[in-house]
Amino acid sequence: MSISRSILVSLALLPLAAPAWGQAADAPKGTLKIVSSLPRTGSANAQTSTIVNGIKLAIDEVGGTVDGWTITYQDMDDASPQRGNWDPAVEAQNANTAARDESIVAYIGTFNSGAAKVAIPILNRAGLVMVSPANTYPGLTKPGLGEANEPMAYRKSGTINYFRVVPTDDLQGVQAANWAKDLAVTKVFILHDRELYGKGIADVFKKQAEKQGIEVVGFEGIDSKAANYRSLVTKLKATQPDLVYFGGTTQSNAGQVAKDLRSGGFEGKYMVPDGCFEQAFIESAGAENLNDRTYITFGGLPPEKLTGKGAEFCSSYKTKYSADPEAYAAYGYECARVILQAIAKAETKDRASILAAVAGTRDFDGVLGRWSFDANGDTSSQVMSGQIVHDGKFEFSKVLGN
Amino acid sequence: MIDFEVFVQQVITGLSNGMIIALIAIGYTMVYGIIELINFAHGDVFMLGAFFALTLLGALGMEAWGPGGQTIGVIAMLIGSALFCGSLNWTLDRLAYRPLRGSSKLSLLVSAIGCSFICMNLGLFWGGVPMEVFAGGVASAAPKDFPAIIPQTNLLGGAFIRITPAEVLVFAVTIPLMVALTLMVKRTRLGCAMRAVAQDQTAAALMGIPVDRVIGATFFIGGALGGFASVIYALYNNTIGFQMGTRAGLDAFTAAVLGGIGSLPGAVLGGLTIGLVRSMSDQYLETRWTNTIVFCILVLILIFRPSGLLGSTRKEKV
Repeated sequence: MSISRSILVSLALLPLAAPAWGQAADAPKGTLKIVSSLPRTGSANAQTSTIVNGIKLAIDEVGGTVDGWTITYQDMDDASPQRGNWDPAVEAQNANTAARDESIVAYIGTFNSGAAKVAIPILNRAGLVMVSPANTYPGLTKPGLGEANEPMAYRKSGTINYFRVVPTDDLQGVQAANWAKDLAVTKVFILHDRELYGKGIADVFKKQAEKQGIEVVGFEGIDSKAANYRSLVTKLKATQPDLVYFGGTTQSNAGQVAKDLRSGGFEGKYMVPDGCFEQAFIESAGAENLNDRTYITFGGLPPEKLTGKGAEFCSSYKTKYSADPEAYAAYGYECARVILQAIAKAETKDRASILAAVAGTRDFDGVLGRWSFDANGDTSSQVMSGQIVHDGKFEFSKVLGN
Repeated sequence: MIDFEVFVQQVITGLSNGMIIALIAIGYTMVYGIIELINFAHGDVFMLGAFFALTLLGALGMEAWGPGGQTIGVIAMLIGSALFCGSLNWTLDRLAYRPLRGSSKLSLLVSAIGCSFICMNLGLFWGGVPMEVFAGGVASAAPKDFPAIIPQTNLLGGAFIRITPAEVLVFAVTIPLMVALTLMVKRTRLGCAMRAVAQDQTAAALMGIPVDRVIGATFFIGGALGGFASVIYALYNNTIGFQMGTRAGLDAFTAAVLGGIGSLPGAVLGGLTIGLVRSMSDQYLETRWTNTIVFCILVLILIFRPSGLLGSTRKEKV
């Protein structure tokens, strides 16, 4: 009786014990999780899908493991159908989820600068590193360029946990105004969408335009939910500008502005920042309203102009997904690679040492050339490019600045 | 000289936008006049009308038709969307409002808000239909480009003041509709029955008027006007999206209240007022103040004339 019982007991324990024996030989040391928080509902989806693909590509390239640790990835959505755009409530929820889950060691995002403002303080408290592929509002990292308490308000713990691989708007806005000068613009009417990113870059553009001797004949914030901007177009047309600059994104109605400029009889040029550098902008505006009159600035190079590592990225992206990457895909890929390299370098695979390793990224051989993170968490890369719309497609026009 | 031209242009723009708002406002005011319900779903029915029109346009390949064919296409879209929105509004009444007719006004209101959400989500799904006109349906929530089959060129040639065929269409569709509606309410048997039901449902029923059928007809007509509005909105602005009903509905509801909810001429006056105030505020103040101005005017009017501009204190509605 007692023998049969002990056999029974050991039989019962067998299935529990078996996996442990199996693992002991070639067991991964554990799982580290990377998450991204990007707007996946709404028109930004086309762009963010390629960012997510870029991230997945980077993880696949290392076979999903670093230093014997399994890397998993979760793609979170920070948009809500009600807004069709990023939503502060959802972004805060994503950041809180990530902060609570101890297995998460890095947070890729956000797409919109306004969303970063929500997420950074939450993640800062949790000591979780955040790397953005697309935020360009300067105040998130650079003292003196945003509000008085920026960026210190995001760094309550005393450590910088926010980094970005894109050059900021204080550079992009300046280059945009310089480009306008090159295009022989003498009068500009500036519009913005009253959001953090749009208003921010419009302010920079205005300052530099004035410095360049371009007359600023108007500066107005639009209602990004309005049905049309006919009245505004009449008003701006009466001031006879050669260029209308719109600080905003596809999601804050850059397409409708383009339509109303044309149907309102404005004949001049239209310039927009990188928030509109996506196919969805052309689709929402209608190609005939943009062709040969629309200028787009971008903090980086378009995929087809990348060289070295960047060109390699483009070809492996095309092979894997049989589609062309959108402008920000390379940045998604870059974010993931920075994080993977930091995980490899970190001694202990916890949040603090991975954060320190990301902060210590120097001379990184990336798709955007060789660059380092500076003390604020900004990239040292300053490559900018200008695009025009021709025949319903973006066409590379020139490299801006130095 | 240019100042005067700018003013004239703003009046034209304001009236065009106002006409579209007025047409939607009539739908609110008719339903309110007859059963004292603010039909929150009306703006979203309007939005679905625009999606229906775009689907029709894509399915028939209207973009490739010549100018003559496109005129027929526009008429087809107007009639199709009007029938679609009218039937949808009638169905909402049948399924979601009529069963609650005996209960409190509040349950009716909550039901209307629910219908609004259902319609909005239908629009979200609709945007994902894999058709070329929906940009392949890849991003269902993205705004959709509505082809400019009514051109936006200037009929006055190179002059500063612009009147486009799209603007002419706005006036050519809305004014006859408003006249026809007024005549219908004033002269026809159905109009007479509607006024009777609005005054006193019980008495109307006692006089042999089929109350539910008259209410259903009111929903149908209000919805149909929303359908017409959706097509001219789409042809005028060239962009539609599943959220457009919220803003358009809010503007139209404000117009209806401003003019005196329950009053047909009031809705038209309210719509035109809002359109003009928006234009003038965009021109002479700043765009960012426009919404503030519109709602300040609403508050002031409600303080000094609680029943709206043309609302009467007498119990005579529709």
